[in-house]
Amino acid sequence: MGSGDPPKGDYGKGGDALERVRTMMQWTPQGRALGLQVMKIEGAKVWGRAPYKAELIGDPETGVIAGGVITTFLDQLSGMAAVLAMRKPTTVATIDIRIDYMRGAEPGRDVLAEAHCYKIGKNVAFVRAVAYEDSPDNPIANAAAAFMLNTHVKMGANLREAKT
Amino acid sequence: MIAQERLTSALARIPYAGFLGVRAELKGDELTLVLPYSEHLVGNPLLPALHGGVVGALMELTAITQLAISSKNDKFAKTIDIGVDYLRSGKPIDTYARARVVKIGRRIANVQAEAWQNERSQPIAAMHGHFLVAEP
Repeated sequence: MGSGDPPKGDYGKGGDALERVRTMMQWTPQGRALGLQVMKIEGAKVWGRAPYKAELIGDPETGVIAGGVITTFLDQLSGMAAVLAMRKPTTVATIDIRIDYMRGAEPGRDVLAEAHCYKIGKNVAFVRAVAYEDSPDNPIANAAAAFMLNTHVKMGANLREAKT
Repeated sequence: MIAQERLTSALARIPYAGFLGVRAELKGDELTLVLPYSEHLVGNPLLPALHGGVVGALMELTAITQLAISSKNDKFAKTIDIGVDYLRSGKPIDTYARARVVKIGRRIANVQAEAWQNERSQPIAAMHGHFLVAEP
Protein backbone atom coordinates (compact mmCIF):
# COMPACT_ATOMS: atom_id res chain seq x y z
CA MET A 1 0.00 0.00 0.00
CA GLY A 2 1.46 3.33 -1.03
CA SER A 3 1.41 6.27 1.34
CA GLY A 4 -1.31 7.84 -0.77
CA ASP A 5 -3.71 4.90 -0.41
CA PRO A 6 -6.45 5.08 2.20
CA PRO A 7 -6.16 2.54 5.00
CA LYS A 8 -8.40 -0.48 4.39
CA GLY A 9 -10.09 -2.99 6.63
CA ASP A 10 -12.88 -3.31 9.14
CA TYR A 11 -12.22 -0.34 11.38
CA GLY A 12 -14.73 -1.29 14.00
CA LYS A 13 -13.25 -4.69 14.84
CA GLY A 14 -9.89 -6.22 15.56
CA GLY A 15 -7.12 -5.27 17.94
CA ASP A 16 -5.47 -2.63 15.79
CA ALA A 17 -8.70 -0.97 14.64
CA LEU A 18 -7.83 2.14 16.65
CA GLU A 19 -4.40 2.24 15.02
CA ARG A 20 -6.00 2.06 11.58
CA VAL A 21 -8.38 4.90 12.37
CA ARG A 22 -5.44 6.95 13.63
CA THR A 23 -3.65 6.25 10.34
CA MET A 24 -6.75 7.48 8.55
CA MET A 25 -6.67 10.75 10.52
CA GLN A 26 -2.97 11.23 9.73
CA TRP A 27 -3.68 10.51 6.06
CA THR A 28 -5.53 13.83 5.78
CA PRO A 29 -3.16 16.79 5.31
CA GLN A 30 -5.63 19.22 6.93
CA GLY A 31 -6.04 16.82 9.87
CA ARG A 32 -2.25 16.78 10.29
CA ALA A 33 -2.03 20.59 9.98
CA LEU A 34 -4.62 21.00 12.76
CA GLY A 35 -2.98 18.25 14.82
CA LEU A 36 -6.26 16.31 15.13
CA GLN A 37 -6.05 13.08 17.16
CA VAL A 38 -8.25 10.03 17.59
CA MET A 39 -8.56 9.06 21.25
CA LYS A 40 -10.94 6.11 21.30
CA ILE A 41 -13.35 4.11 19.14
CA GLU A 42 -16.30 1.95 20.12
CA GLY A 43 -18.64 0.53 17.50
CA ALA A 44 -19.75 3.44 15.32
CA LYS A 45 -18.57 6.03 17.86
CA VAL A 46 -15.29 7.90 17.80
CA TRP A 47 -13.67 10.30 20.26
CA GLY A 48 -11.10 12.88 19.14
CA ARG A 49 -9.00 15.82 20.25
CA ALA A 50 -8.12 19.12 18.57
CA PRO A 51 -5.11 20.64 20.39
CA TYR A 52 -5.17 24.35 21.19
CA LYS A 53 -2.78 26.23 18.90
CA ALA A 54 -2.14 29.98 18.74
CA GLU A 55 -2.24 29.91 14.92
CA LEU A 56 -5.85 28.67 15.03
CA ILE A 57 -7.24 31.60 17.03
CA GLY A 58 -10.28 33.23 15.45
CA ASP A 59 -10.73 36.09 17.92
CA PRO A 60 -7.39 37.73 18.76
CA GLU A 61 -8.97 39.74 21.60
CA THR A 62 -10.06 36.67 23.57
CA GLY A 63 -7.83 33.93 22.16
CA VAL A 64 -10.87 31.80 21.31
CA ILE A 65 -10.25 29.20 18.61
CA ALA A 66 -11.87 29.89 15.19
CA GLY A 67 -15.26 28.38 14.47
CA GLY A 68 -13.77 26.99 11.26
CA VAL A 69 -11.48 24.73 13.27
CA ILE A 70 -14.48 23.26 15.11
CA THR A 71 -16.26 22.84 11.74
CA THR A 72 -13.34 20.91 10.25
CA PHE A 73 -12.84 18.85 13.42
CA LEU A 74 -16.52 17.83 13.65
CA ASP A 75 -16.73 17.14 9.90
CA GLN A 76 -13.63 14.95 10.05
CA LEU A 77 -14.71 13.04 13.17
CA SER A 78 -18.26 12.58 11.83
CA GLY A 79 -16.87 11.14 8.58
CA MET A 80 -14.80 8.68 10.60
CA ALA A 81 -17.87 7.59 12.57
CA ALA A 82 -19.61 6.92 9.23
CA VAL A 83 -16.64 4.83 8.07
CA LEU A 84 -16.63 2.93 11.38
CA ALA A 85 -20.30 2.04 10.84
CA MET A 86 -19.64 0.50 7.42
CA ARG A 87 -19.38 -3.27 7.10
CA LYS A 88 -16.79 -2.83 4.36
CA PRO A 89 -15.19 0.56 5.03
CA THR A 90 -14.42 2.66 1.97
CA THR A 91 -14.49 6.41 1.45
CA VAL A 92 -17.30 8.81 2.32
CA ALA A 93 -18.14 12.38 1.29
CA THR A 94 -20.03 14.99 3.31
CA ILE A 95 -23.41 15.80 1.80
CA ASP A 96 -24.22 18.43 4.39
CA ILE A 97 -23.35 19.41 7.92
CA ARG A 98 -25.26 21.66 10.26
CA ILE A 99 -23.42 23.08 13.25
CA ASP A 100 -24.84 24.95 16.25
CA TYR A 101 -22.28 27.00 18.14
CA MET A 102 -23.42 27.21 21.75
CA ARG A 103 -20.42 29.15 23.04
CA GLY A 104 -16.78 29.97 22.32
CA ALA A 105 -14.20 27.34 23.22
CA GLU A 106 -12.19 28.18 26.34
CA PRO A 107 -8.90 29.85 25.33
CA GLY A 108 -5.81 27.77 25.92
CA ARG A 109 -7.65 24.45 26.19
CA ASP A 110 -7.82 21.50 23.81
CA VAL A 111 -11.20 20.78 22.28
CA LEU A 112 -12.55 17.25 22.59
CA ALA A 113 -15.36 15.79 20.50
CA GLU A 114 -17.32 12.63 19.97
CA ALA A 115 -19.20 11.52 16.88
CA HIS A 116 -21.78 8.76 16.55
CA CYS A 117 -23.11 7.30 13.33
CA TYR A 118 -26.62 6.48 14.53
CA LYS A 119 -28.04 5.32 11.19
CA ILE A 120 -26.45 3.91 8.09
CA GLY A 121 -28.19 2.89 4.88
CA LYS A 122 -26.97 1.64 1.51
CA ASN A 123 -25.99 5.06 0.26
CA VAL A 124 -26.17 7.49 3.16
CA ALA A 125 -24.97 7.64 6.77
CA PHE A 126 -26.30 9.99 9.44
CA VAL A 127 -24.02 11.25 12.18
CA ARG A 128 -24.34 13.40 15.28
CA ALA A 129 -21.31 14.98 16.93
CA VAL A 130 -20.59 17.23 19.87
CA ALA A 131 -17.52 19.28 20.82
CA TYR A 132 -16.60 20.20 24.42
CA GLU A 133 -13.66 20.62 26.81
CA ASP A 134 -14.74 18.48 29.78
CA SER A 135 -18.13 16.95 29.16
CA PRO A 136 -20.70 16.70 26.36
CA ASP A 137 -23.15 18.10 28.93
CA ASN A 138 -21.46 21.47 28.49
CA PRO A 139 -21.07 21.58 24.71
CA ILE A 140 -19.17 24.11 22.61
CA ALA A 141 -20.92 22.97 19.44
CA ASN A 142 -23.30 20.33 18.14
CA ALA A 143 -23.27 18.91 14.63
CA ALA A 144 -25.60 16.83 12.50
CA ALA A 145 -24.24 15.55 9.21
CA ALA A 146 -25.13 13.27 6.31
CA PHE A 147 -22.51 11.37 4.32
CA MET A 148 -22.61 9.73 0.94
CA LEU A 149 -21.04 6.26 1.09
CA ASN A 150 -18.70 4.42 -1.26
CA THR A 151 -17.58 7.53 -3.08
CA HIS A 152 -14.55 5.60 -4.37
CA VAL A 153 -16.72 3.87 -6.99
CA LYS A 154 -16.98 6.94 -9.16
CA MET A 155 -14.35 8.88 -7.33
CA GLY A 156 -13.31 12.07 -9.00
CA ALA A 157 -16.01 11.99 -11.67
CA ASN A 158 -16.53 15.68 -11.09
CA LEU A 159 -12.80 16.32 -11.35
CA ARG A 160 -12.71 15.39 -15.02
CA GLU A 161 -12.72 18.15 -17.57
CA ALA A 162 -16.22 18.97 -18.79
CA LYS A 163 -17.21 17.44 -22.12
CA THR A 164 -17.43 20.02 -24.87
CA MET B 1 -9.02 52.04 -0.95
CA ILE B 2 -9.27 52.83 2.76
CA ALA B 3 -11.97 50.18 3.25
CA GLN B 4 -9.82 47.57 1.50
CA GLU B 5 -6.87 48.42 3.76
CA ARG B 6 -9.01 48.25 6.90
CA LEU B 7 -10.36 44.90 5.77
CA THR B 8 -6.91 43.53 5.00
CA SER B 9 -5.62 44.58 8.42
CA ALA B 10 -8.73 43.18 10.16
CA LEU B 11 -8.13 39.80 8.50
CA ALA B 12 -4.41 39.97 9.23
CA ARG B 13 -5.26 40.16 12.94
CA ILE B 14 -7.03 36.78 12.79
CA PRO B 15 -4.39 34.04 13.16
CA TYR B 16 -6.72 31.38 11.66
CA ALA B 17 -7.14 33.45 8.47
CA GLY B 18 -3.35 33.36 8.18
CA PHE B 19 -3.32 29.62 8.86
CA LEU B 20 -5.69 29.09 5.92
CA GLY B 21 -3.92 31.72 3.79
CA VAL B 22 -7.11 33.68 3.05
CA ARG B 23 -6.96 36.99 1.16
CA ALA B 24 -9.73 39.60 0.84
CA GLU B 25 -10.76 41.54 -2.25
CA LEU B 26 -13.28 44.33 -1.94
CA LYS B 27 -15.15 45.85 -4.92
CA GLY B 28 -17.48 48.56 -3.63
CA ASP B 29 -19.26 46.87 -0.76
CA GLU B 30 -18.95 43.40 -2.28
CA LEU B 31 -16.34 41.16 -0.76
CA THR B 32 -14.65 38.14 -2.28
CA LEU B 33 -12.46 35.98 -0.09
CA VAL B 34 -9.76 34.15 -1.98
CA LEU B 35 -8.29 30.91 -0.65
CA PRO B 36 -5.14 30.11 -2.65
CA TYR B 37 -4.52 26.38 -2.99
CA SER B 38 -2.10 24.90 -0.51
CA GLU B 39 -1.25 21.26 0.26
CA HIS B 40 -2.23 21.56 3.95
CA LEU B 41 -5.86 22.36 2.99
CA VAL B 42 -6.39 18.92 1.45
CA GLY B 43 -8.81 16.49 3.09
CA ASN B 44 -8.58 13.59 0.65
CA PRO B 45 -5.08 13.26 -0.85
CA LEU B 46 -6.21 10.53 -3.25
CA LEU B 47 -8.45 12.74 -5.39
CA PRO B 48 -7.02 15.18 -4.22
CA ALA B 49 -9.85 17.27 -2.76
CA LEU B 50 -9.96 20.19 -0.34
CA HIS B 51 -11.18 19.39 3.17
CA GLY B 52 -14.89 20.11 3.46
CA GLY B 53 -14.29 21.77 6.81
CA VAL B 54 -11.90 24.22 5.18
CA VAL B 55 -14.48 25.16 2.54
CA GLY B 56 -17.07 25.59 5.31
CA ALA B 57 -14.65 27.71 7.30
CA LEU B 58 -13.94 29.89 4.25
CA MET B 59 -17.66 30.60 3.75
CA GLU B 60 -18.19 31.30 7.45
CA LEU B 61 -15.26 33.72 7.42
CA THR B 62 -16.70 35.37 4.30
CA ALA B 63 -20.08 35.71 5.99
CA ILE B 64 -18.79 37.40 9.15
CA THR B 65 -16.45 39.66 7.16
CA GLN B 66 -19.24 40.69 4.75
CA LEU B 67 -21.43 41.34 7.79
CA ALA B 68 -18.79 43.65 9.25
CA ILE B 69 -18.71 45.57 5.95
CA SER B 70 -22.49 45.70 5.51
CA SER B 71 -23.14 46.77 9.10
CA LYS B 72 -20.13 49.15 9.08
CA ASN B 73 -18.98 47.51 12.29
CA ASP B 74 -15.31 46.77 12.88
CA LYS B 75 -16.15 43.97 15.29
CA PHE B 76 -16.92 40.55 13.92
CA ALA B 77 -20.26 38.89 14.58
CA LYS B 78 -20.42 35.59 16.47
CA THR B 79 -21.65 32.49 14.69
CA ILE B 80 -24.86 30.97 16.07
CA ASP B 81 -25.34 28.21 13.51
CA ILE B 82 -24.32 27.30 9.99
CA GLY B 83 -25.55 24.74 7.49
CA VAL B 84 -23.15 23.72 4.78
CA ASP B 85 -24.23 21.88 1.60
CA TYR B 86 -21.45 20.23 -0.36
CA LEU B 87 -22.15 20.30 -4.08
CA ARG B 88 -18.88 19.27 -5.73
CA SER B 89 -15.55 18.20 -4.38
CA GLY B 90 -13.03 21.03 -4.15
CA LYS B 91 -10.20 20.66 -6.65
CA PRO B 92 -6.61 21.44 -5.66
CA ILE B 93 -6.86 24.98 -7.06
CA ASP B 94 -7.77 28.45 -5.73
CA THR B 95 -11.23 28.81 -4.18
CA TYR B 96 -13.40 31.93 -3.93
CA ALA B 97 -16.32 32.79 -1.68
CA ARG B 98 -18.93 35.52 -1.53
CA ALA B 99 -21.66 36.12 1.01
CA ARG B 100 -25.05 37.83 0.81
CA VAL B 101 -26.51 39.38 3.91
CA VAL B 102 -30.18 38.43 3.68
CA LYS B 103 -31.23 40.35 6.77
CA ILE B 104 -29.63 42.21 9.63
CA GLY B 105 -31.91 42.49 12.63
CA ARG B 106 -31.16 44.21 15.91
CA ARG B 107 -29.49 41.11 17.28
CA ILE B 108 -29.39 38.43 14.61
CA ALA B 109 -28.24 38.45 11.00
CA ASN B 110 -29.11 35.88 8.34
CA VAL B 111 -26.39 35.32 5.74
CA GLN B 112 -25.95 33.05 2.72
CA ALA B 113 -22.62 32.24 1.12
CA GLU B 114 -21.25 30.30 -1.82
CA ALA B 115 -17.83 28.96 -2.70
CA TRP B 116 -16.63 28.25 -6.22
CA GLN B 117 -13.44 27.64 -8.18
CA ASN B 118 -13.12 27.95 -11.95
CA GLU B 119 -16.70 28.97 -12.64
CA ARG B 120 -18.93 31.16 -10.52
CA SER B 121 -21.96 29.28 -11.89
CA GLN B 122 -20.61 25.94 -10.64
CA PRO B 123 -20.44 26.38 -6.86
CA ILE B 124 -18.61 23.68 -4.88
CA ALA B 125 -20.50 24.46 -1.65
CA ALA B 126 -23.24 26.67 -0.22
CA MET B 127 -23.75 27.90 3.32
CA HIS B 128 -26.48 29.63 5.25
CA GLY B 129 -26.07 30.81 8.78
CA HIS B 130 -27.26 32.95 11.66
CA PHE B 131 -24.92 35.32 13.41
CA LEU B 132 -25.11 37.31 16.61
CA VAL B 133 -24.57 40.90 15.51
CA ALA B 134 -21.72 42.57 17.39
CA GLU B 135 -22.65 45.61 19.46
CA PRO B 136 -20.89 48.60 17.94
